[in-house]
Amino acid sequence: MDAAVNEAPAEPVEDIEIQLLLEALYLRYHYDFRHYARASIKRRLRQARDQLGFDTFSAMQEQLLHSDEMVGRLLDYLTVQVSEMFRDPSYFRALREKVLPHLRTYPSLKIWIAGCSHGEEVYSFAIMLLEEGLLDRTLIYATDINPEALEIARSGVYPLDRIALFTRNHQQAGGKTSLADYYTTAYGRAVFDKKLRAQVVFSDHSLVSDEVFTECQLVSCRNVMIYFDRPLQDRAVGLFRDSLTRRGFLGLGSKETLRFSSHVEAFTDFVREEKIYQRSER
Amino acid sequence: MSAAPPTAIVIGASAGAVQALSDLLPRLPADYPLPILIVVHVPAAPSGLTTLFSAKCAVAVVEPDDKEAIAPGTVYFAPPGYHLLVEHGLTVALSADEPVLFSRPSIDVLFESAADSLGAGVLAIVLTGANEDGSRGARAIEQAGGRVLVEEPSTAYAAAMPSAALARCSAARALSLDAIAEHLLSVGSR
Repeated sequence: MDAAVNEAPAEPVEDIEIQLLLEALYLRYHYDFRHYARASIKRRLRQARDQLGFDTFSAMQEQLLHSDEMVGRLLDYLTVQVSEMFRDPSYFRALREKVLPHLRTYPSLKIWIAGCSHGEEVYSFAIMLLEEGLLDRTLIYATDINPEALEIARSGVYPLDRIALFTRNHQQAGGKTSLADYYTTAYGRAVFDKKLRAQVVFSDHSLVSDEVFTECQLVSCRNVMIYFDRPLQDRAVGLFRDSLTRRGFLGLGSKETLRFSSHVEAFTDFVREEKIYQRSER
Repeated sequence: MSAAPPTAIVIGASAGAVQALSDLLPRLPADYPLPILIVVHVPAAPSGLTTLFSAKCAVAVVEPDDKEAIAPGTVYFAPPGYHLLVEHGLTVALSADEPVLFSRPSIDVLFESAADSLGAGVLAIVLTGANEDGSRGARAIEQAGGRVLVEEPSTAYAAAMPSAALARCSAARALSLDAIAEHLLSVGSR
């Protein structure tokens, strides 16, 4: 009973500390996580606090404000999402069979992969477009807020032990070739072919604070917005809407939906079960 | 013991999960007043749990999308490949973060988020399983003032998971599946 009473205030204090830490991160470095979904970010922050050896978030905040070196380490905890090449193979199969026939009619194409992290999805798109004969007329914008993640994406180097999964996914996604055609192995790593990123622009872009930078026919943003709260999700979907051409396509993660978005009327279901939407006429 | 009925029920189960849940969920009436969030360790998508239990249960059984509102009388199964979390305001938050104890979805992640957002309003149930997922989360729920029930290890299909939860939670009660089912019905009848 006494213990319960004593422990009760601990939660609010932690919440206050988290709010202050995120505020400090924003004011000092302009990384804005204040509208990230609280449940997930709390878990990531606790992990960062424990593994970086701090007792409290306040102690972390002190360090963050006074040492530049902390921000990169914290950012790694807050942003890194390991994806897979051709994750959710049925999504890529639907793109190949149902979306690409529409995109084929354009003389040139722009595709935006928002929140590309380590680039697994970027190479998946490049391989699929190459197999479909569309890569050389496509420009892919691959954006993320984490500079280190972008660097890994740019390098196209992945641990060899992930290749079996990537290969299986590629086949299930309707791959027309062998994935092995696209990489060489060295020192326990798979290095993907440079030609796959000849048409890719890797760039820093924040769905939280940056604006529309191009007009494109397809946006793929999967399992990024699950980390946002509802207002921030609305902002991101608004950006996608404004950057899509008339009848352009938006692909989300398998458990993400526009049902709860304030922009739902700007889109229609295109492949409902794969969360592929089409920009309505405007 | 908290006198107020819980706001939500969270359940974790691993090896032997389908059988154990088949003993519990079909007994709930269609108008059961509480939401139930469940993490079962399943190898890959699609899990088939929703289809399986929809056919057996009177309550609604769904695999939620991100930001879905959590409704009474509904069973939410964590989608394969995603952690299932409870967000403030009783909505679902999903995450594709790394597996915890080799599992995604992870029982600890669900339980800890429920402890954070609902505090004493959580009733947690740890069922059969051959690992120790759920024990940390159950402890977090206990510390937040919620209640923890555990399937009696000696009669569980796999004892490790309920045993681990009992070891970490001093106030947890070990019960047979029958007794757990009765408890579910009684907290739902107030």
